[in-house]
Amino acid sequence: MKYVTEYRDAALVNGVIAEIRKTVTQPWTIMEICGGQTHAIVRYGIDQLLPPEIELVHGPGCPVCVTPLELIDKALQIASQPDVIFCSYGDMLRVPGSEHDLFAIKARGGDVRVVYSPLDAVALARKHPDKQVVFFAIGFETTAPANVMSVVQARKLGLTNYSVLVSHVCVPPAIRAILASPTNRVQAFLLAGHVCAVMGFHEYPSLAETFKTPMVVTGFEPLDIVEGILRTVQLLEAGKVEVANAYARAVTFEGNQPAQKMIAAVFQEVDRKWRGIGTIPMSGWELRPEFDQFNAEKRFELEAIQSEESPICIAGQILQGIKKPKDCPAFGGECTPEHPLGATMVSSEGACAAYYRYGRAIMDA
Amino acid sequence: MCLAVPGKIVEITEDEGLKMAKVDFGGIFREACLDYVPEAKVGEYCVIHVGFAISLLSEQEAQETIDLLKQISSFEEELGPEPGMP
Repeated sequence: MKYVTEYRDAALVNGVIAEIRKTVTQPWTIMEICGGQTHAIVRYGIDQLLPPEIELVHGPGCPVCVTPLELIDKALQIASQPDVIFCSYGDMLRVPGSEHDLFAIKARGGDVRVVYSPLDAVALARKHPDKQVVFFAIGFETTAPANVMSVVQARKLGLTNYSVLVSHVCVPPAIRAILASPTNRVQAFLLAGHVCAVMGFHEYPSLAETFKTPMVVTGFEPLDIVEGILRTVQLLEAGKVEVANAYARAVTFEGNQPAQKMIAAVFQEVDRKWRGIGTIPMSGWELRPEFDQFNAEKRFELEAIQSEESPICIAGQILQGIKKPKDCPAFGGECTPEHPLGATMVSSEGACAAYYRYGRAIMDA
Repeated sequence: MCLAVPGKIVEITEDEGLKMAKVDFGGIFREACLDYVPEAKVGEYCVIHVGFAISLLSEQEAQETIDLLKQISSFEEELGPEPGMP
Protein backbone atom coordinates (compact mmCIF):
# COMPACT_ATOMS: atom_id res chain seq x y z
CA MET A 1 0.00 0.00 0.00
CA LYS A 2 1.20 3.48 -0.89
CA TYR A 3 2.94 5.34 1.97
CA VAL A 4 3.33 2.05 3.87
CA THR A 5 5.11 -0.60 1.75
CA GLU A 6 8.03 1.60 0.71
CA TYR A 7 8.66 2.51 4.37
CA ARG A 8 9.13 -1.16 5.27
CA ASP A 9 11.84 -1.81 2.67
CA ALA A 10 14.44 -3.95 4.48
CA ALA A 11 17.32 -2.96 2.16
CA LEU A 12 16.70 0.74 2.78
CA VAL A 13 16.36 0.18 6.54
CA ASN A 14 19.68 -1.67 6.58
CA GLY A 15 21.31 1.07 4.52
CA VAL A 16 20.20 3.72 7.01
CA ILE A 17 21.35 1.58 9.95
CA ALA A 18 24.78 1.22 8.33
CA GLU A 19 24.90 5.01 8.06
CA ILE A 20 24.00 5.28 11.78
CA ARG A 21 26.91 2.90 12.59
CA LYS A 22 29.24 5.06 10.56
CA THR A 23 28.06 8.28 12.21
CA VAL A 24 28.13 7.25 15.88
CA THR A 25 31.36 7.72 17.85
CA GLN A 26 30.17 7.62 21.49
CA PRO A 27 27.25 6.37 23.62
CA TRP A 28 23.91 8.18 23.34
CA THR A 29 20.60 7.68 25.15
CA ILE A 30 17.58 8.55 23.02
CA MET A 31 13.95 8.43 24.15
CA GLU A 32 11.08 7.69 21.79
CA ILE A 33 8.20 9.47 23.47
CA CYS A 34 5.39 7.58 21.75
CA GLY A 35 4.17 4.11 22.77
CA GLY A 36 3.27 3.35 19.16
CA GLN A 37 6.93 3.81 18.26
CA THR A 38 8.06 1.66 21.23
CA HIS A 39 5.81 -1.07 19.90
CA ALA A 40 7.21 -0.75 16.34
CA ILE A 41 10.83 -0.65 17.59
CA VAL A 42 10.44 -3.86 19.61
CA ARG A 43 8.26 -5.55 16.98
CA TYR A 44 10.75 -5.00 14.15
CA GLY A 45 13.77 -5.49 16.42
CA ILE A 46 15.15 -2.06 15.48
CA ASP A 47 16.81 -1.64 18.90
CA GLN A 48 18.80 -4.83 18.27
CA LEU A 49 19.96 -3.70 14.83
CA LEU A 50 21.42 -0.48 16.20
CA PRO A 51 25.08 -0.15 17.16
CA PRO A 52 25.69 -0.81 20.88
CA GLU A 53 26.46 2.88 21.51
CA ILE A 54 22.81 3.79 21.02
CA GLU A 55 20.34 3.03 23.77
CA LEU A 56 16.65 3.62 23.16
CA VAL A 57 14.57 4.28 26.27
CA HIS A 58 10.82 4.25 26.18
CA GLY A 59 8.73 7.26 27.02
CA PRO A 60 5.33 7.94 28.60
CA GLY A 61 3.45 8.42 25.32
CA CYS A 62 0.85 5.75 25.95
CA PRO A 63 -2.46 7.32 27.02
CA VAL A 64 -3.92 4.03 28.18
CA CYS A 65 -0.85 3.53 30.42
CA VAL A 66 -0.87 6.98 32.00
CA THR A 67 -4.63 7.37 32.58
CA PRO A 68 -4.81 7.56 36.40
CA LEU A 69 -6.45 4.81 38.38
CA GLU A 70 -8.98 7.27 39.88
CA LEU A 71 -10.31 8.07 36.43
CA ILE A 72 -10.66 4.41 35.52
CA ASP A 73 -12.56 3.92 38.76
CA LYS A 74 -14.83 6.83 37.78
CA ALA A 75 -15.42 5.19 34.39
CA LEU A 76 -16.33 1.94 36.14
CA GLN A 77 -18.78 3.76 38.43
CA ILE A 78 -20.50 5.47 35.51
CA ALA A 79 -20.57 2.33 33.36
CA SER A 80 -22.22 0.39 36.23
CA GLN A 81 -25.21 2.73 36.35
CA PRO A 82 -28.51 1.68 34.77
CA ASP A 83 -29.57 3.37 31.54
CA VAL A 84 -25.98 4.20 30.63
CA ILE A 85 -24.29 3.15 27.41
CA PHE A 86 -20.57 3.52 28.13
CA CYS A 87 -18.40 3.85 25.02
CA SER A 88 -14.65 3.55 24.84
CA TYR A 89 -11.76 2.89 22.51
CA GLY A 90 -11.07 -0.84 22.66
CA ASP A 91 -7.75 -0.68 24.49
CA MET A 92 -9.30 0.83 27.65
CA LEU A 93 -11.62 -2.12 28.31
CA ARG A 94 -9.22 -4.39 30.13
CA VAL A 95 -7.32 -1.74 32.00
CA PRO A 96 -7.81 -2.63 35.66
CA GLY A 97 -9.18 -0.10 38.10
CA SER A 98 -8.77 -0.60 41.82
CA GLU A 99 -11.01 -3.68 41.76
CA HIS A 100 -12.04 -4.63 38.25
CA ASP A 101 -12.17 -3.47 34.61
CA LEU A 102 -14.81 -2.42 32.05
CA PHE A 103 -15.03 -5.98 30.75
CA ALA A 104 -16.16 -7.09 34.20
CA ILE A 105 -18.90 -4.43 34.17
CA LYS A 106 -20.01 -5.71 30.76
CA ALA A 107 -20.01 -9.30 32.03
CA ARG A 108 -22.33 -8.21 34.86
CA GLY A 109 -24.81 -6.79 32.37
CA GLY A 110 -23.50 -3.24 31.96
CA ASP A 111 -23.85 -1.75 28.49
CA VAL A 112 -20.19 -1.17 27.59
CA ARG A 113 -19.36 -0.73 23.92
CA VAL A 114 -16.18 -0.36 21.90
CA VAL A 115 -16.35 2.36 19.27
CA TYR A 116 -13.96 3.07 16.41
CA SER A 117 -14.60 6.81 16.46
CA PRO A 118 -16.24 9.18 18.97
CA LEU A 119 -18.71 10.05 16.20
CA ASP A 120 -20.02 6.47 16.60
CA ALA A 121 -20.81 7.33 20.24
CA VAL A 122 -22.69 10.46 19.10
CA ALA A 123 -24.67 8.29 16.66
CA LEU A 124 -25.55 5.94 19.55
CA ALA A 125 -26.83 8.91 21.58
CA ARG A 126 -29.14 9.90 18.71
CA LYS A 127 -30.37 6.34 18.35
CA HIS A 128 -31.04 5.86 22.08
CA PRO A 129 -32.61 9.08 23.42
CA ASP A 130 -33.80 7.18 26.52
CA LYS A 131 -30.20 6.31 27.51
CA GLN A 132 -27.24 8.35 28.71
CA VAL A 133 -24.34 7.78 26.31
CA VAL A 134 -20.93 8.44 27.85
CA PHE A 135 -17.68 8.43 25.88
CA PHE A 136 -14.34 7.84 27.62
CA ALA A 137 -12.32 10.61 25.93
CA ILE A 138 -8.72 9.66 26.62
CA GLY A 139 -5.65 10.39 24.56
CA PHE A 140 -2.82 12.69 23.62
CA GLU A 141 -3.00 15.60 21.16
CA THR A 142 -3.52 13.16 18.24
CA THR A 143 -6.90 12.05 19.54
CA ALA A 144 -8.12 15.45 20.78
CA PRO A 145 -9.50 16.69 17.42
CA ALA A 146 -11.83 13.68 17.19
CA ASN A 147 -12.89 13.85 20.84
CA VAL A 148 -13.69 17.59 20.77
CA MET A 149 -15.59 17.27 17.50
CA SER A 150 -17.93 14.75 19.12
CA VAL A 151 -18.87 17.36 21.76
CA VAL A 152 -19.32 20.10 19.16
CA GLN A 153 -21.45 17.79 17.04
CA ALA A 154 -23.57 16.71 20.03
CA ARG A 155 -24.23 20.36 20.84
CA LYS A 156 -25.11 21.12 17.22
CA LEU A 157 -27.57 18.23 17.17
CA GLY A 158 -29.10 19.38 20.48
CA LEU A 159 -28.31 16.08 22.22
CA THR A 160 -28.95 16.15 25.99
CA ASN A 161 -27.95 12.53 26.57
CA TYR A 162 -24.28 12.67 25.43
CA SER A 163 -21.32 13.37 27.68
CA VAL A 164 -17.58 12.71 27.78
CA LEU A 165 -15.29 11.59 30.59
CA VAL A 166 -12.11 13.47 29.67
CA SER A 167 -8.58 12.35 30.47
CA HIS A 168 -6.39 14.21 27.99
CA VAL A 169 -2.64 14.63 28.32
CA CYS A 170 -0.03 16.53 26.27
CA VAL A 171 3.52 15.67 25.21
CA PRO A 172 5.53 18.91 25.77
CA PRO A 173 4.88 19.12 29.56
CA ALA A 174 5.91 15.45 29.90
CA ILE A 175 9.17 16.09 28.04
CA ARG A 176 9.80 19.09 30.29
CA ALA A 177 9.18 16.96 33.41
CA ILE A 178 11.57 14.24 32.18
CA LEU A 179 14.35 16.68 31.27
CA ALA A 180 13.98 18.68 34.49
CA SER A 181 14.29 15.56 36.67
CA PRO A 182 17.64 15.21 38.49
CA THR A 183 17.73 11.53 37.48
CA ASN A 184 17.26 12.28 33.79
CA ARG A 185 19.60 10.52 31.37
CA VAL A 186 17.79 11.22 28.09
CA GLN A 187 20.01 13.13 25.64
CA ALA A 188 17.64 13.42 22.67
CA PHE A 189 14.02 12.76 21.76
CA LEU A 190 12.21 11.16 18.87
CA LEU A 191 9.03 13.27 18.81
CA ALA A 192 5.67 11.58 18.22
CA GLY A 193 4.79 11.98 14.53
CA HIS A 194 1.03 11.96 14.84
CA VAL A 195 0.94 14.30 17.83
CA CYS A 196 2.96 16.68 15.63
CA ALA A 197 0.64 16.08 12.64
CA VAL A 198 -2.02 17.81 14.75
CA MET A 199 0.05 20.29 16.80
CA GLY A 200 3.00 20.94 14.49
CA PHE A 201 6.36 21.23 16.22
CA HIS A 202 6.49 24.93 17.11
CA GLU A 203 6.17 24.06 20.83
CA TYR A 204 9.50 22.21 20.87
CA PRO A 205 12.37 24.55 19.86
CA SER A 206 12.19 26.46 23.17
CA LEU A 207 12.21 23.15 25.11
CA ALA A 208 15.17 21.89 23.06
CA GLU A 209 17.04 25.14 23.68
CA THR A 210 16.30 25.30 27.44
CA PHE A 211 17.54 21.76 28.05
CA LYS A 212 20.14 21.66 25.22
CA THR A 213 18.46 18.54 23.88
CA PRO A 214 17.93 17.87 20.15
CA MET A 215 14.59 16.48 19.00
CA VAL A 216 13.46 14.87 15.74
CA VAL A 217 9.84 14.48 14.60
CA THR A 218 9.59 10.80 13.68
CA GLY A 219 7.02 8.57 11.94
CA PHE A 220 5.95 5.02 12.68
CA GLU A 221 7.13 2.71 9.90
CA PRO A 222 10.54 1.01 10.33
CA LEU A 223 12.19 3.28 7.76
CA ASP A 224 10.69 6.36 9.44
CA ILE A 225 12.08 5.27 12.80
CA VAL A 226 15.61 4.55 11.60
CA GLU A 227 15.62 7.83 9.69
CA GLY A 228 14.54 9.62 12.90
CA ILE A 229 17.37 7.91 14.80
CA LEU A 230 19.94 8.76 12.08
CA ARG A 231 18.92 12.45 12.11
CA THR A 232 19.08 12.44 15.94
CA VAL A 233 22.54 10.86 16.02
CA GLN A 234 23.78 13.34 13.39
CA LEU A 235 22.58 16.24 15.59
CA LEU A 236 24.07 14.71 18.76
CA GLU A 237 27.43 13.99 17.15
CA ALA A 238 27.58 17.52 15.69
CA GLY A 239 26.63 19.04 19.05
CA LYS A 240 23.64 20.78 17.45
CA VAL A 241 20.51 21.63 19.43
CA GLU A 242 17.75 21.65 16.84
CA VAL A 243 14.27 20.33 16.21
CA ALA A 244 14.34 18.46 12.89
CA ASN A 245 11.49 16.87 10.97
CA ALA A 246 11.97 13.30 9.69
CA TYR A 247 8.24 12.87 8.97
CA ALA A 248 7.75 15.72 6.51
CA ARG A 249 5.15 13.91 4.40
CA ALA A 250 2.65 14.17 7.28
CA VAL A 251 3.93 16.95 9.56
CA THR A 252 4.41 20.69 9.08
CA PHE A 253 5.89 23.18 11.55
CA GLU A 254 2.50 24.83 12.12
CA GLY A 255 0.52 21.57 12.24
CA ASN A 256 -3.19 21.28 11.56
CA GLN A 257 -4.66 24.75 12.14
CA PRO A 258 -8.40 23.88 12.00
CA ALA A 259 -7.81 21.08 14.51
CA GLN A 260 -5.79 23.29 16.90
CA LYS A 261 -8.53 25.96 16.74
CA MET A 262 -11.26 23.44 17.58
CA ILE A 263 -9.25 21.98 20.49
CA ALA A 264 -8.70 25.50 21.90
CA ALA A 265 -12.43 26.25 21.63
CA VAL A 266 -13.48 23.17 23.60
CA PHE A 267 -10.58 22.31 25.93
CA GLN A 268 -8.55 24.31 28.45
CA GLU A 269 -5.23 23.43 30.09
CA VAL A 270 -5.28 21.70 33.46
CA ASP A 271 -2.88 19.93 35.84
CA ARG A 272 -3.09 16.20 35.17
CA LYS A 273 -1.99 13.21 37.17
CA TRP A 274 -0.05 10.68 35.07
CA ARG A 275 -0.32 7.10 36.26
CA GLY A 276 3.08 5.93 37.47
CA ILE A 277 4.59 9.44 37.33
CA GLY A 278 2.40 11.76 39.39
CA THR A 279 0.94 15.19 38.78
CA ILE A 280 2.55 17.31 36.04
CA PRO A 281 1.44 20.97 36.05
CA MET A 282 -0.65 22.11 33.08
CA SER A 283 -0.01 18.80 31.35
CA GLY A 284 -3.44 18.04 29.99
CA TRP A 285 -6.82 19.28 28.88
CA GLU A 286 -10.32 19.37 30.33
CA LEU A 287 -13.61 20.65 28.95
CA ARG A 288 -14.12 24.41 29.17
CA PRO A 289 -16.91 25.39 31.61
CA GLU A 290 -19.21 26.39 28.73
CA PHE A 291 -19.34 22.67 27.86
CA ASP A 292 -20.28 21.57 31.41
CA GLN A 293 -23.49 19.96 30.18
CA PHE A 294 -21.34 17.49 28.21
CA ASN A 295 -19.00 16.79 31.13
CA ALA A 296 -19.68 13.30 32.54
CA GLU A 297 -17.95 14.19 35.83
CA LYS A 298 -20.55 16.94 36.33
CA ARG A 299 -23.52 14.95 35.00
CA PHE A 300 -23.12 11.90 37.25
CA GLU A 301 -22.98 11.74 41.04
CA LEU A 302 -19.72 9.96 41.78
CA GLU A 303 -18.53 8.61 45.11
CA ALA A 304 -15.19 9.76 46.46
CA ILE A 305 -12.48 7.48 45.14
CA GLN A 306 -9.40 6.20 46.96
CA SER A 307 -7.10 4.13 44.80
CA GLU A 308 -3.83 2.37 45.41
CA GLU A 309 -1.08 1.28 43.06
CA SER A 310 0.99 -1.88 43.42
CA PRO A 311 4.05 -1.23 45.63
CA ILE A 312 6.22 -3.54 43.46
CA CYS A 313 5.57 -1.90 40.09
CA ILE A 314 8.36 0.29 38.63
CA ALA A 315 6.25 1.69 35.75
CA GLY A 316 6.94 5.26 36.82
CA GLN A 317 10.68 4.81 36.39
CA ILE A 318 10.21 2.97 33.09
CA LEU A 319 7.98 5.78 31.75
CA GLN A 320 10.74 8.29 32.53
CA GLY A 321 13.48 6.23 30.91
CA ILE A 322 15.25 5.47 34.22
CA LYS A 323 14.63 1.71 34.13
CA LYS A 324 13.80 -1.01 31.59
CA PRO A 325 11.09 -3.70 31.92
CA LYS A 326 13.66 -6.42 32.60
CA ASP A 327 14.80 -4.53 35.72
CA CYS A 328 11.46 -5.40 37.39
CA PRO A 329 11.25 -8.57 39.52
CA ALA A 330 7.53 -8.92 38.77
CA PHE A 331 7.91 -8.74 34.96
CA GLY A 332 6.45 -11.80 33.24
CA GLY A 333 5.73 -13.53 36.56
CA GLU A 334 3.43 -11.69 38.88
CA CYS A 335 2.81 -9.05 36.20
CA THR A 336 1.58 -10.07 32.74
CA PRO A 337 -0.77 -8.47 30.16
CA GLU A 338 -3.58 -10.67 31.57
CA HIS A 339 -2.87 -9.53 35.15
CA PRO A 340 -1.02 -6.23 34.88
CA LEU A 341 0.27 -4.61 38.07
CA GLY A 342 0.83 -1.22 36.52
CA ALA A 343 0.77 1.30 33.75
CA THR A 344 3.31 -0.07 31.29
CA MET A 345 1.84 -3.59 31.16
CA VAL A 346 -1.81 -2.55 30.71
CA SER A 347 -1.72 -1.36 27.11
CA SER A 348 -0.21 -3.10 24.09
CA GLU A 349 1.74 0.13 23.57
CA GLY A 350 3.26 0.06 27.04
CA ALA A 351 6.96 -0.83 27.12
CA CYS A 352 6.43 -3.85 29.41
CA ALA A 353 3.60 -5.23 27.26
CA ALA A 354 5.69 -4.79 24.10
CA TYR A 355 8.69 -6.56 25.70
CA TYR A 356 6.42 -9.34 26.96
CA ARG A 357 4.69 -9.83 23.63
CA TYR A 358 7.88 -10.08 21.60
CA GLY A 359 9.71 -12.22 24.15
CA ARG A 360 12.37 -9.58 24.64
CA ALA A 361 13.13 -10.14 28.32
CA ILE A 362 13.77 -13.82 27.70
CA MET A 363 16.05 -13.10 24.73
CA ASP A 364 17.98 -10.49 26.64
CA ALA A 365 18.33 -12.59 29.80
CA MET B 1 -3.40 4.70 20.68
CA CYS B 2 -2.01 7.37 18.39
CA LEU B 3 -2.05 4.75 15.67
CA ALA B 4 -3.01 6.49 12.46
CA VAL B 5 -3.04 4.98 9.01
CA PRO B 6 -2.69 6.48 5.53
CA GLY B 7 -5.75 6.06 3.36
CA LYS B 8 -6.91 7.25 -0.07
CA ILE B 9 -10.04 9.39 -0.36
CA VAL B 10 -12.35 7.75 -2.90
CA GLU B 11 -15.59 9.68 -2.33
CA ILE B 12 -16.56 12.85 -0.47
CA THR B 13 -20.01 13.24 1.09
CA GLU B 14 -21.75 15.32 3.75
CA ASP B 15 -23.42 14.06 6.90
CA GLU B 16 -25.13 16.32 9.49
CA GLY B 17 -22.95 19.24 8.48
CA LEU B 18 -19.68 17.28 8.57
CA LYS B 19 -17.48 16.74 5.52
CA MET B 20 -17.16 12.96 5.34
CA ALA B 21 -15.26 10.64 3.02
CA LYS B 22 -15.11 7.04 2.01
CA VAL B 23 -11.46 6.09 2.51
CA ASP B 24 -9.59 3.15 0.99
CA PHE B 25 -7.05 1.53 3.33
CA GLY B 26 -5.46 -0.89 0.85
CA GLY B 27 -8.79 -2.53 -0.04
CA ILE B 28 -10.63 -1.97 3.25
CA PHE B 29 -13.09 0.93 3.10
CA ARG B 30 -14.13 3.07 6.05
CA GLU B 31 -15.78 6.42 6.69
CA ALA B 32 -13.68 9.32 7.91
CA CYS B 33 -14.39 12.93 8.74
CA LEU B 34 -12.53 15.52 6.61
CA ASP B 35 -13.48 18.65 8.59
CA TYR B 36 -9.85 19.17 9.69
CA VAL B 37 -8.49 18.86 6.12
CA PRO B 38 -11.14 20.87 4.25
CA GLU B 39 -8.84 21.22 1.22
CA ALA B 40 -8.68 17.43 0.67
CA LYS B 41 -9.79 16.10 -2.71
CA VAL B 42 -10.76 12.70 -4.10
CA GLY B 43 -7.62 10.71 -4.95
CA GLU B 44 -5.47 12.31 -2.25
CA TYR B 45 -4.03 10.48 0.75
CA CYS B 46 -4.67 11.42 4.37
CA VAL B 47 -3.46 10.21 7.75
CA ILE B 48 -6.60 8.89 9.48
CA HIS B 49 -6.91 8.53 13.26
CA VAL B 50 -10.09 7.31 15.05
CA GLY B 51 -12.28 8.25 12.08
CA PHE B 52 -10.74 11.68 11.45
CA ALA B 53 -8.25 12.84 8.82
CA ILE B 54 -5.59 14.74 10.78
CA SER B 55 -3.13 15.46 7.98
CA LEU B 56 -2.99 15.52 4.21
CA LEU B 57 0.03 13.54 2.98
CA SER B 58 2.51 15.38 0.78
CA GLU B 59 3.51 13.27 -2.21
CA GLN B 60 6.48 15.54 -2.90
CA GLU B 61 7.87 15.27 0.66
CA ALA B 62 7.33 11.49 0.62
CA GLN B 63 9.30 11.17 -2.64
CA GLU B 64 12.12 13.40 -1.41
CA THR B 65 12.52 11.30 1.76
CA ILE B 66 12.64 8.04 -0.16
CA ASP B 67 15.11 9.47 -2.70
CA LEU B 68 17.40 10.72 0.07
CA LEU B 69 17.32 7.40 1.94
CA LYS B 70 17.96 5.51 -1.31
CA GLN B 71 21.03 7.66 -1.85
CA ILE B 72 22.31 6.86 1.65
CA SER B 73 21.65 3.13 1.13
CA SER B 74 23.27 2.88 -2.31
CA PHE B 75 26.30 4.76 -1.01
CA GLU B 76 26.60 2.06 1.68
CA GLU B 77 26.34 -0.69 -0.97
CA GLU B 78 29.14 0.83 -3.00
CA LEU B 79 31.40 0.93 0.04
CA GLY B 80 30.47 -2.61 1.02
CA PRO B 81 29.96 -3.78 4.59
CA GLU B 82 32.24 -2.47 7.27
CA PRO B 83 34.90 -4.89 8.54
CA GLY B 84 33.52 -7.12 11.26
CA MET B 85 29.89 -6.39 10.30
CA PRO B 86 27.63 -9.23 9.19
